[in-house]
Amino acid sequence: MNRFVALALGALFGVGLYVSGMTNPQKIINFLDIAGPWDLSLIFVMGGGIPVAGLGYYLLKRREKPVLFDDIQVPAPGVIDRPLVIGSAIFGVGWGIAGLCPGPAFASILLEPVAIAPYLVALFVGSLAYERLHG
Amino acid sequence: MTEFTPFLSLGGGILIGLAAFGGFFLFGRVIGMTGIMARTLSFDFGEAGWRPMFLIGLVLGPLVMSQLMPSPHGFQAPGVVALIIGGFLVGYGSRVGSGCTSGHGICGISRLSKRSIVAVCTFMFTAFVTVFVTRHVFGGLL
Repeated sequence: MNRFVALALGALFGVGLYVSGMTNPQKIINFLDIAGPWDLSLIFVMGGGIPVAGLGYYLLKRREKPVLFDDIQVPAPGVIDRPLVIGSAIFGVGWGIAGLCPGPAFASILLEPVAIAPYLVALFVGSLAYERLHG
Repeated sequence: MTEFTPFLSLGGGILIGLAAFGGFFLFGRVIGMTGIMARTLSFDFGEAGWRPMFLIGLVLGPLVMSQLMPSPHGFQAPGVVALIIGGFLVGYGSRVGSGCTSGHGICGISRLSKRSIVAVCTFMFTAFVTVFVTRHVFGGLL
């Protein structure tokens, strides 16, 4: 049951990315290009996603535990530190260069394997580099 | 040039939000791709192996959807060098910054996390600057 729900949530997430346009790198880069052919569609993705996610979090906070699992594992409020800012800054540079973040890359791997495979390999290498250096 | 698609993007955004809703309400977990990817790679699958199951759904969902509805947006990617450099920076930066567009962007902002709001403002800023530089200063170098 829990496995099926996880599979369904993943599928929902992937279909959402596919329908929204997040899986087209050109669309992401055009959103990031105010000085060029600016495409603000991405604002609508966030505008649709954030309130619905927020409702889920609000309902979770009113319960002792989630519906299916035994405990809540949501990051506690923390300090704004250097890794948060530096890591996010590096992420943004990579996002602007490739036009892809991790979710849409996984969502597109079977549809556009030739373009996505090198990105995903580099993504894993970057993640492993973090573990080697800081893990 | 890509077409402005407010309705498709809003609809897709709501579906993404529903997945995050389920992650919170059903699992009590954040749907963040950085964490799901990193923990799956270190064989930390979570209760009932939910992380790899989520990834399988994420990979298969769009494939099934593409049979029902050809992509309304198409697919245009930058060159392989840009994809490799970008992929590495995204993989490394998201780990250092503890999240990406899903964990910080959708889930973090939705629960008004100060760390996530700072993360999103930071990566939006550097992404806007990066695209300005690659497209308008170097004229589509990558």
